[in-house]
Amino acid sequence: MAYSFPEEVLEYVLSFIKSDKDRNAVSLVCKSWYEIERWCRKRVFIGNCYAVSPMIMIRRFPEIRSVEIKGKPHFADFNLVPEGWGGYFYPWVIAMSKAYPMLEAIRLKRMVVSDECLEMIAKSFKNFRVLVLSSCEGFSTDGLASIAANCRNLRELDLRESEVEDLSGHWLSHFPDTCTSLVSLNIACLGSEVCFSSLERLVSRCPNLRKLQLNRTVPLEKLPNLLCRAPQLVELGTGAYSAELRPESLSNLVNAFTGCKKLKALSGFWDVVPLYLPAIYPVCCGLTSLNLSYANIQSPDIIKLVSQCQNLQRLWVLDYIEDSGLDVLASCCKNLEELRVFPSDPYELEPNVPLTEQGLVSVSEGCPKLHSVLFFCRRMSNAALVTIARNSPNLIRFRLCILEARAPDYLTNEPLDAGFGAIVENCRKLRRLSLSGFLTDRVFEYIGKHAKKLEMLSIAFAGDGDMGLHHVLSGCDSLRKLEIRDSPFGDQALLANAAKLETMRSLWMSSCSVSYGACKLLGQKLRRLNIEVIDERGTPESRPESCPIEKIYIYRTLSGPRFDTPNFIWTMDEEGNSPLGIA
Amino acid sequence: MNLKTELCLGLPGAAGGDVEVDQSVKMKGKRGFSETVDLKLNLHHNDHPALDLSQNVKSLSNNSVIKPPAKTQVVGWPPVRSYRKNVMAVQKSNAEESTTAAKTLPGGGAAFVKVSMDGVPYLRKVDLKMYTSYQQLSDALAEMFSSFTLGISLMAQTKVLCMICHKFNQFRNYGSQGLTDFVNESKLMDLLNSSEYVPSYEDKDGDWMLVGDVPWE
Repeated sequence: MAYSFPEEVLEYVLSFIKSDKDRNAVSLVCKSWYEIERWCRKRVFIGNCYAVSPMIMIRRFPEIRSVEIKGKPHFADFNLVPEGWGGYFYPWVIAMSKAYPMLEAIRLKRMVVSDECLEMIAKSFKNFRVLVLSSCEGFSTDGLASIAANCRNLRELDLRESEVEDLSGHWLSHFPDTCTSLVSLNIACLGSEVCFSSLERLVSRCPNLRKLQLNRTVPLEKLPNLLCRAPQLVELGTGAYSAELRPESLSNLVNAFTGCKKLKALSGFWDVVPLYLPAIYPVCCGLTSLNLSYANIQSPDIIKLVSQCQNLQRLWVLDYIEDSGLDVLASCCKNLEELRVFPSDPYELEPNVPLTEQGLVSVSEGCPKLHSVLFFCRRMSNAALVTIARNSPNLIRFRLCILEARAPDYLTNEPLDAGFGAIVENCRKLRRLSLSGFLTDRVFEYIGKHAKKLEMLSIAFAGDGDMGLHHVLSGCDSLRKLEIRDSPFGDQALLANAAKLETMRSLWMSSCSVSYGACKLLGQKLRRLNIEVIDERGTPESRPESCPIEKIYIYRTLSGPRFDTPNFIWTMDEEGNSPLGIA
Repeated sequence: MNLKTELCLGLPGAAGGDVEVDQSVKMKGKRGFSETVDLKLNLHHNDHPALDLSQNVKSLSNNSVIKPPAKTQVVGWPPVRSYRKNVMAVQKSNAEESTTAAKTLPGGGAAFVKVSMDGVPYLRKVDLKMYTSYQQLSDALAEMFSSFTLGISLMAQTKVLCMICHKFNQFRNYGSQGLTDFVNESKLMDLLNSSEYVPSYEDKDGDWMLVGDVPWE
């Protein structure tokens, strides 16, 4: 007969299983394993805040210590999601404040977080340690003051790229003198000046501080004060990297950097004056990550830096690096894994710097470990893409943005189907792909056929018709997130692949050819999805059913339709009506 | 013609001992983003020869052409995040790419100005759009530089600082009448008469101009 492990033993074994996927698998074995697992799960990741309600999460996992939740769709980063869409953290914090008094960590992305939420966090969780707000909005520095003042064991406060209502820098002074636990502080997105002496004292009394990302208002000549008090720093984001430094200030800066023997990552560099860059040379050989993507420096200065960073694994940089700089990168940084090249002047049609596809080809040739690419450029060719695919078969993420929409192969004037086809065919591990340039349904045929590990696909201004979408939905076995804009995909592909949508996290389509009628049909067919029609022209009921809707967001959910939709969103319901929107 | 102006804030007799180096202002009629004008605040002692106002009243003509955007911009394309766009916009202004698309500016963007003071080893940045008068601005600057003590409290002595932002091309609308009105403003006159220091500034051509020459706008 079956003997089962004593519960305690199983629990002990499970405590070594951290990954969500594995834990989910464990919970499916049998009822008793499900029970044991759910009682000892400590971390939960919710990729779509509307996929599950707080109550469902709390009911299943009563002992959570750490939550990570994502809100708005990715295209919200590019202003495609209207204001007021949703993604409110408030219902979560209310529910968790009662259910999880021992909560330690909250990590949010693209959510709306109010000052009340922050005050609730500060009040409700006695052992609160980690707050990461990535691309969030809705709160002010007053909320931060609550966190600083009340979270006695705070280890991480990371506001990466959030939109904060910056009332003053005074909030930082709310950290009590007894706070010595900080490990990571990222205030780079804040505009107003924090009291420097408060910051200095805070840094001094936190011996475990490893990551410090300052905002622009921290002046360069004060940086040594901080570095000297935190020589154990592993990651540093400078403030403004410009000043009129007196000679002794400059040597202070050099000495301060020299003293940071553990520094592995550098970022910041706003308003950078190249004259002072040599101050960081002492740490270059140890750097694994360098973010110069806000640094207005030209290729020669970038080259001088990069050529000293032989251990670099990640480089984020502006296109000022030019092809020549990428050549140097390719020859010096053999450990490079991730490259992001951002446009210095995205709206200018004419090339403002000599950065072309050749630069990316060089890097793919010279850097065998390259696995993640985000590259903005003004021209591309199939030949280059084929070469890149051949050089870098281990690519996991490949995001290419040719600035001009629908730009063809600049050499042959053909679509870039063959080039991207080569990417998906050769790069078998590819998990994320963003397309651009002139593309026909052909490229989607290749993607459907080869991109079996692809989890996230971003499409813009591409394809000929429904077949393109059909190839993707029917072929990409691992697809979780699909986002499409301005492409002629319509009803047929969606309806034919409706079941696929329940296996994905979400689908976003805007400025495509999806009709209201099809949306209603989908709502009828698919009970476990929310079909949300976003249309700022007023209720789709006032237009013919064949009329295309502006935007649609489809996601699977256990919670049914949400009740916080604004008046420009209509959720399709099971009866084929949409009574859940405000007409 | 683009008027490039600088104000140097320094000790009396420190004329010419400027800390900040001019950067040339490029004229590009691009979309109206923020721009920066380098300002060095300089306070000359009253002993200096009287400045000839008439010479320094330049009729500013805006002969810039606003280049229309080559293509209508599509929402969210290219896919650059707003956070990055905002940061880069401010950086561009700091790099002194100016736009003379004055007509599109009001209300839009910021008007960052770098202010340096002689002997002070760092620059401060001020958004001119936050102030509606010289008084407000001078108060703000006084606060900013108040922690810096030279033994002489320059700010305490004089409260009026004059800035010119050449992108506001409404100067010509004021003409000489506007100038007279402003110069006659009693408060300004009192200060000029009573203060030990006379605020002045150096424009692009190296001429010293008296504060209050040009109206705030």
